[in-house]
Amino acid sequence: MNASIRRTAVVASILFLALLVNVSIVQLWRQSSLSADNRNRRVLDAEFAQNRGAILAGDTQIATTTPIKDRFRYQRSYPQGSLYATVTGWYAYDFGRSGLEAKYSTELAGTASNQTIDRLVDLFTGATPVGATIQTTINPKLQQVAAQQLSGKKGAVVALDPKTGAILAMVSTPTYDPNTLATHDLAAARAAWTALNADPAKPLSDRATREIYPPGSTFKLVTAAAALESGMTPDTLLNTPSQLTLPNSSSVLGNESNCGNTQQTMDRALQLSCNTAFANLGATLGADKIRAQAKKFGFDSTPMTDINAAKSQFPSKADAAQTMLSAIGQYDVAASPLQMAMVAAAICNDGVLKTPYLVSEVRSPDLRVLYRHGPDDKQAMSAASAQALQQMMVNVVQKGTGTKAQVGGVVVGGKTGTAQTDPTKNPYAWFVSFAKNPDIAIAVFIEDANVDRTDIAGGALAGPIAKAIIQASR
Amino acid sequence: MSATALSTGEVVVHRARPAMGLTLLLLAQVVGASGYVLTHLDIDGHLPRAWPYVLVAWFAVGVATHLVVRWRLPYADPVLLPATFLLVGVGLGMVHRIDLISEPARTDAQTQAIWVLLGIVAAIAVMVLVRDYHVLRRFPYVLFLVGLALLLLPLTPLGVELNGSRIWIRFFGYSFQPAEVAKLVLSLAFAGYLADTKDVLAMAGPRVLGLTLPRARDLGPIAVMWVASMLVLIYQKDLGTSMLFFGLFVAMVYVATGRSSWVVLGALLFAAGGWFAYQKFAYVDVRVSSWLHPFSNFDKNYQVIQAQFGFAYGGLLGRGWGMGRPGLTPLAKSDFITAAIGEELGIVGLVAVILVYALIVARGLRTALSCTEPFGKLLSAGLSLVFALQVFAIIGGVTRLLPLTGLTTPFMSQGGSSMVANWLVLAVMLLVSHDARRPTVVREAAGDVASLSADATQVITVRNPQPRRPEVRTATSPSLPLDEEPSAVAEEEDAEATAPFVMPGTEATAPLGTQDSTATRPVERQDNTATGRVPTHDSRGTAPVATQAEQPTGVRPPEPGRAPRTDPDEPTQVHRFEEDE
Repeated sequence: MNASIRRTAVVASILFLALLVNVSIVQLWRQSSLSADNRNRRVLDAEFAQNRGAILAGDTQIATTTPIKDRFRYQRSYPQGSLYATVTGWYAYDFGRSGLEAKYSTELAGTASNQTIDRLVDLFTGATPVGATIQTTINPKLQQVAAQQLSGKKGAVVALDPKTGAILAMVSTPTYDPNTLATHDLAAARAAWTALNADPAKPLSDRATREIYPPGSTFKLVTAAAALESGMTPDTLLNTPSQLTLPNSSSVLGNESNCGNTQQTMDRALQLSCNTAFANLGATLGADKIRAQAKKFGFDSTPMTDINAAKSQFPSKADAAQTMLSAIGQYDVAASPLQMAMVAAAICNDGVLKTPYLVSEVRSPDLRVLYRHGPDDKQAMSAASAQALQQMMVNVVQKGTGTKAQVGGVVVGGKTGTAQTDPTKNPYAWFVSFAKNPDIAIAVFIEDANVDRTDIAGGALAGPIAKAIIQASR
Repeated sequence: MSATALSTGEVVVHRARPAMGLTLLLLAQVVGASGYVLTHLDIDGHLPRAWPYVLVAWFAVGVATHLVVRWRLPYADPVLLPATFLLVGVGLGMVHRIDLISEPARTDAQTQAIWVLLGIVAAIAVMVLVRDYHVLRRFPYVLFLVGLALLLLPLTPLGVELNGSRIWIRFFGYSFQPAEVAKLVLSLAFAGYLADTKDVLAMAGPRVLGLTLPRARDLGPIAVMWVASMLVLIYQKDLGTSMLFFGLFVAMVYVATGRSSWVVLGALLFAAGGWFAYQKFAYVDVRVSSWLHPFSNFDKNYQVIQAQFGFAYGGLLGRGWGMGRPGLTPLAKSDFITAAIGEELGIVGLVAVILVYALIVARGLRTALSCTEPFGKLLSAGLSLVFALQVFAIIGGVTRLLPLTGLTTPFMSQGGSSMVANWLVLAVMLLVSHDARRPTVVREAAGDVASLSADATQVITVRNPQPRRPEVRTATSPSLPLDEEPSAVAEEEDAEATAPFVMPGTEATAPLGTQDSTATRPVERQDNTATGRVPTHDSRGTAPVATQAEQPTGVRPPEPGRAPRTDPDEPTQVHRFEEDE
């Protein structure tokens, strides 16, 4: 009988061995995928209970973490929540995260792979892990001015440093207070979430980078750039009828300012924002050339990596009429304020487009630099064409539709735009501009401009905002 | 064992080891106690006011139980009780820790502690009242019927369906899992039945495909068990329980007969039934898909998924007592207590718990090996195997090795019926192990031998051995085939030489027992490594007598005239194996 007992003992040891092996498999093979599962509340909660690092704008803490006596132990707070919501995003228990809180979540939590050593040290010293600090490129003064200028309006401002691509200001209005979502009073957070989502003004939308709109006449900058790159000059004469019947269509395109009924130079046509001149220019260049130029400015690609910014688009196919409309920023052309600021920045920077960025540095708690932004640029157009276009834009501000953006003693170039997609709605107003020494590129966008549909009106509304930011920047 | 060994009869005598037993027990109890302390320190930052009373009561219960075992069953296996207290302590600690999640804290751990006490009282009652466990052999058929009735009780209107399985009954407001008691009752029934009939069942029937099948007329019991386990599988919807009892029966028949054809037959029958159920009943399909692809239906498999998340969150070393989130896993106190352990004590802690279960099984099987008569052998082997199968089924289910089952985790899960039943199982295992390990000579000269035995084992030279319990033999196994003995012995020798099974449990290599003996008696250790059975003039080459002569201290050589074993003329009872086979 002992022989069979021994054999059953072997079977019993195999059973136990199978348990041990299986338990090890759970640990070795499945752990990472289990921990990465976004339904894993343990991991989510643990991260929510982290002493998350701060987000800085200059020396100002725009997101910080304070100890609190509840089950999460740390409360995320946003000292000037509404002002910087577009930059920081929110960090909520039930509603995920957005903005930098989303993109740099592991760094802020201290769980990124390049923080492994810190975690190990913390494990052995018993110190509470602290997340990394995110240094943004935001200039608090410009951010404040931009927000003040937009207050009461629905719109967005993006200001870039053309020489580096640093985002100096990024505002979307109406905005929200991320503190209301980050609160540990989960019922209050849910109520705030419901209210924000129900708000018809859509305060949670990031109009600066994540929404795209018809750029209207500001897109004439891209068409002009394509023309200059293909050998034309600012003095090239363009056919500028007062009305233009689109090919194979009964639609008639007119001008909103007095462009005459003959010809205009490209320079003058830009100053007056003549639709028929640029529609004809578009027809001459063809959709492919305009699309190629648009892509060089960043259309159809992800503009940056620090936040989830939307791709701006130029139609991939366009017939003759659609090409003409696209050349003046209508039909299916759509761009974010960030994209239009990039256009202005590349023109201002003699054709070199610096990839925009929002995070300049990630620092560990002991001030070790975990990440530093490296320059990344590409030539959007030749320096000569860019300088010619700069002068054309300066002329727009000096003697065209953008006079409201003039700043005494400062070289300011700009381009106005209005765009209407729905006749029953108020048009969009744009103003895309740059100033020299120090250089700054600004896109101002107003979604619900309660004015009549002229570029002058759009310029009158958005121009002063750009002007205020330019003044504040020096 | 050879014929010469039978005539010379050197015997290894198990020693009662009170100090080691108590030391192990206190060490094991410290594990549970530290769980309690760490839980409070981690959650509250301080100990509750009652902590001295809790710890004193905990250790007092352990020591008291130890003393009762020492009093009634001094030769009982010294590892079983500490291993049990380790599991009970960790289980109670974890239930208490999960209690603290609720606001205000629940008191399930107190209730559970009362059940532990009741279990211990029941175990003590068995130890005190059952003077000789062989009385349990008398009514195998009654016990068989009682066991089957218990097993199928949940199919009556008393049964309730819980978590998809109908393995519980509700009785005056109390839930009760009858399978837990059935486990013990059926082990007793099978052991009694097989001790009587093993030789008949071992008789050869027709040969099919090179396999000697049992005779058709002997298939009645396995058919009954198969039908019963299929009823459990189909109507109680619990693969674990079904596998547990059918596996228990087949394993015990195999142990009794040594015929692998029974195992093949049993496996085929069970596989056929399982396949039929898989084809026929939707619930089996659901269970299998929950097992293989739990994430395809997050809400439905929430529990298993949460357990997996818990394991992943715990990682290798665990979050620590009170620092994980075991409350997120439903039923973390009962079915999924191992998930809570994996989360807070890590894979390392869970592996340790599994190894403690393995240790209990190993000690039970060791008892079966060293037991001298078939009923005790079968009973101890059966209880150990059913324990192993249960642990395999439940921990395998929680860790996704098997489809999930509704069995409890012995000694750990919250639940009174399981706790009391498992303490009864332990009591029976202690009874058998005491009887198996008790040196017969001690009956005559207990004091003397106790003073001689300064080590784990002792080699005693005796002559003219006689079967220790001839009365058992005449009473219960009347028709012993004469040709059975030599072949069984030869088989035993083979197994000895090649057996890969050297799980923790061999007497001389037990951790605590080796400490004092390594320096002084290495030769004896060598001799006794394999088993506690009679060392003979075997391949290991060292004659036991020479070993004794080499011993510098400790064991005194046998003194002529003091003990009957040295008297060449007086017949002496000898402790040996296979005598009843």
